[in-house]
Amino acid sequence: MSGSLTSVAYIASTILFILSLGGLSNPESSRRGNLYGMTGMAIAVLATILGPRVSADGISWIAGALVAGGAVGLYLARTVQMTQMPELVAFMHSLVGLVAVVVGFAGYIDPTAAADMSPAEIGIHHTEVYVGVLIGAVTLSGSVIAFGKLSGRIGGKPLLLPARHWLNLALLLAVIGLGYRFLGAPSIDEGTTSLIAMTVLALLFGVHMVMAIGGADMPVVVSMLNSYSGWAAAATGFMLSNDLLIVTGALVGSSGAILSYIMCRAMNRHFLSVIAGGFGGDAAPGKAQAAAQPAGEVDAISPRETAELLKDAGSIIIVPGYGMAVAQAQHTVYEITKYLREKGKNVRFAIHPVAGRMPGHMNVLLAEAKVPYDIVLEMDEINGDFPQTAVAMVIGANDIVNPSAEDDPSSPIAGMPVLEVWKAETTIVMKRSMASGYAGVDNPLFYKENNRMLFGDAKKMLDEVLTALKS
Amino acid sequence: MPQSIGIPKEVFSGERRVATVPDAVQKLIKLGFTVLVQSGAGDAASIGDDAYRAAGASIVPDAAALWSDSDIVFKVRAPTRDEVSLMREGGTLVSFIWPAQNPELLQALAAKRATVLAMDSVPRISRAQKLDALSSMANIGGYRAVIEAAHEFGRFFTGQITAAGKVPPAKVFVIGAGVAGLAAIGAASGLGAIVRANDTRAEVADQIKSLGAEFVPVDYVEEGAGGGGYAKVMSEGFQKAQREVFAKQAREVDIIITTALIPGRPAPKLITAEMVQSMRPGSVIVDMASEQGGNCELTEPGKVVVRHGVIIIGYTDLPSRLPTQASNLYATNLFRLSEELCKAKDGRFNVNMDDEVIRGTTVIKEGVITWPPPAPKLSAAPPGAAPAKPVVKAAAADKKGHGGGGEPMSAASTAVTFGVAAVLFTLIGIYAPAAFLGHFTVFVLACFVGYMVVWNVTPSLHTPLMSVTNAISSIIIIGALVQIAPPVLAGSADTLRPVTIIRWLAVAGIALTAVNMFGGFAVTRRMLSMFRK
Repeated sequence: MSGSLTSVAYIASTILFILSLGGLSNPESSRRGNLYGMTGMAIAVLATILGPRVSADGISWIAGALVAGGAVGLYLARTVQMTQMPELVAFMHSLVGLVAVVVGFAGYIDPTAAADMSPAEIGIHHTEVYVGVLIGAVTLSGSVIAFGKLSGRIGGKPLLLPARHWLNLALLLAVIGLGYRFLGAPSIDEGTTSLIAMTVLALLFGVHMVMAIGGADMPVVVSMLNSYSGWAAAATGFMLSNDLLIVTGALVGSSGAILSYIMCRAMNRHFLSVIAGGFGGDAAPGKAQAAAQPAGEVDAISPRETAELLKDAGSIIIVPGYGMAVAQAQHTVYEITKYLREKGKNVRFAIHPVAGRMPGHMNVLLAEAKVPYDIVLEMDEINGDFPQTAVAMVIGANDIVNPSAEDDPSSPIAGMPVLEVWKAETTIVMKRSMASGYAGVDNPLFYKENNRMLFGDAKKMLDEVLTALKS
Repeated sequence: MPQSIGIPKEVFSGERRVATVPDAVQKLIKLGFTVLVQSGAGDAASIGDDAYRAAGASIVPDAAALWSDSDIVFKVRAPTRDEVSLMREGGTLVSFIWPAQNPELLQALAAKRATVLAMDSVPRISRAQKLDALSSMANIGGYRAVIEAAHEFGRFFTGQITAAGKVPPAKVFVIGAGVAGLAAIGAASGLGAIVRANDTRAEVADQIKSLGAEFVPVDYVEEGAGGGGYAKVMSEGFQKAQREVFAKQAREVDIIITTALIPGRPAPKLITAEMVQSMRPGSVIVDMASEQGGNCELTEPGKVVVRHGVIIIGYTDLPSRLPTQASNLYATNLFRLSEELCKAKDGRFNVNMDDEVIRGTTVIKEGVITWPPPAPKLSAAPPGAAPAKPVVKAAAADKKGHGGGGEPMSAASTAVTFGVAAVLFTLIGIYAPAAFLGHFTVFVLACFVGYMVVWNVTPSLHTPLMSVTNAISSIIIIGALVQIAPPVLAGSADTLRPVTIIRWLAVAGIALTAVNMFGGFAVTRRMLSMFRK
């Protein structure tokens, strides 16, 4: 296969990738979108293997590696539970980061890569290697930490080192300094030393960055790492002068960046303040909490009473949160929904953009439980309907239904758009205990007169509600 | 020593309610009180002396004995001069008082060193809803207003198609959607009428719709919610727009029920004589504000009159026309108040002025007039604008801190962004070689394509989007592929190439990306297949 043919094949796969992302604009075309992506990837890989830059004796190695890796990947995809999607995605991001590092190193120590370049071009080439490895390493360690946090291996609380902003700045300066040494290195061996040192620093930076971010901000982190993995691919593309890599990397990078932006907007927070870490930033949380400590009694009810309330209600909105994912309660939720809908009730779901631990997390869980997607609505679509709703049922969510975001300017989550469940006639909040959410803010909703609390594990309680409904 | 609660027979002419019912008597006795009832007090509400006696009350033959024997007196209507003179020195009275309208009554009661709790002064806060007698009476009034209208109206409320012809449904227009208005809406639509309603407070539009009525807006922007969930006086411009809307409704509807009241003022005149004239003969107007002068110009308080062929009902005693129900609800309100006043359940009132509800309700404490109370801390339905302001301010202050997210960029920051971009591009243009620029062009354009495409992705598919982009980012495999075994270039520095290291690095790279590639696409496929209608 000639070089030109390969280029044409690359253009085809670029277009297929764009169509693939475009296909996700609605659920009907999304399956075709995924198919486009697969086709594009197959074309790109085949064109490269058959193209002029891979000789025949590499093919057996490639086939072996593809089969081994592919088998692991398919196994993971088959066995992962939908509640574990955020972990899987974070894990995969770390792989992309690792590969970017590996490819960067291999590219640097390969003298043929820069054989016929002018000194200026070599300078640029080395800068590209350096940047590619840097982004790759940050993505790698950041994703590993995110994976740890999401799977519960590392605590969700933000780790805030003293003077952490200065620490980050020092790391950044060190990286720039090493880069200067790297570009001026007389031999490849010396350059490699600088490159390794920088990689270590970049890994530390990634760890520190994600450690400082709290559990509630995980949707931002996951989409940000998604973006990084794209930029890492683009940097690799620059290094290898490969337009397909550049385009694809840029697509993935901007997609992740937009998702991060959407998530930040959903929390009414600035991207930098999320990345700088720690919910509430530098504001003294103690003061804010003292000012807004809601008081009163909470009204606890039993699953049986919950069932009674649901039976009497004409319209019901269910607000799922991370608690539903943890308890794996989505199937029971759907059983209840199905039962109530058969009884002629208007049951809908309200999804807050940052519910769960990654963008769209709740939608995937509900889809897994076979909830039809046309009764699953976004915050903006459904927020106006709460006043006409008899029962709003909150399952394992807290901060996204906290009225103090709207009426308490001193609250750490002030200004965050929230689902106005308290406007419904009755709200039922399912929680394990009275503990506050990830933001560490108490929730005045629990003390409202029209609110009832159903304490316990969401799955177990909902099972009992279902039994009570059917009896 | 437990206190005694006395229930006199109401003396106001036509008043048929009574301040307690046998059920409430039992509950009061459980709180530790003894209960005295004047003989015949409940007759007009169909509750005989025997029923009270069976509930544990003692029957007292006449008013004089009752007033002198009771520590506490429960009443419905404000006491008359004679009743005040019967009252015991230092006694307690719970009743409707209307302190603003009856200053002499307050003076007379204060002279008796009495403690007086006014059921019309219960603060409108959520905690006090269970003892809000105004709401429970307004609820009954709204219902009864519809029944009175139906009684006078010559047609069905509901539309019917019968063998004898088609009957159109009655059209009812309710002005003012407070408790009474909402009750009227509910009752009228229950009878099958087409109901429309209007209120100056925009927040009640949803409540109106929730009862199945149509909200008739006035096209003039002004917030009509005053303090404490009540309405306020509107501007001239608004009133003009409002009159036009009402005039149009008057021509179209069969029945108008008006409930518009502004605290401490005469009722606003909303229905003019011309509007009455424009209504079809046989139409009905129920003016629930007639006691405060009426919302209709032609209303005569307490009477039913016919003007221009329109029947105008000006009854001032609508709750009393449902005496059993009204007595029941009022008795419950009084019992709830007693609970608040007697938390120790020892049969004694403790008028705790630190309690917001009791403070608001108490108009005279041991001969000292304590009316009006300080403003309540929080109204039942805050008008929205006031609490919203600090939030906006906070957001604005916040914005200065870090540049602000979510809102469109200001002209200045747009200029800065473009400026920085221009400088960057110039630098790149000066220093970068041509080959790099080609790639750079592709890169920048791809970023924009990505930006445009991804905005269209529906939020419910964000997780699949992430997993598909993740799978696509395995395109980095090409980097590893071209390194594994590049074709040998003649005469190059090939001998220096650390072939083995590079090969193993590349193989590792390919294997790791393959995990991502296959895993990513497969899991996306699995997810997407779950999305269904």
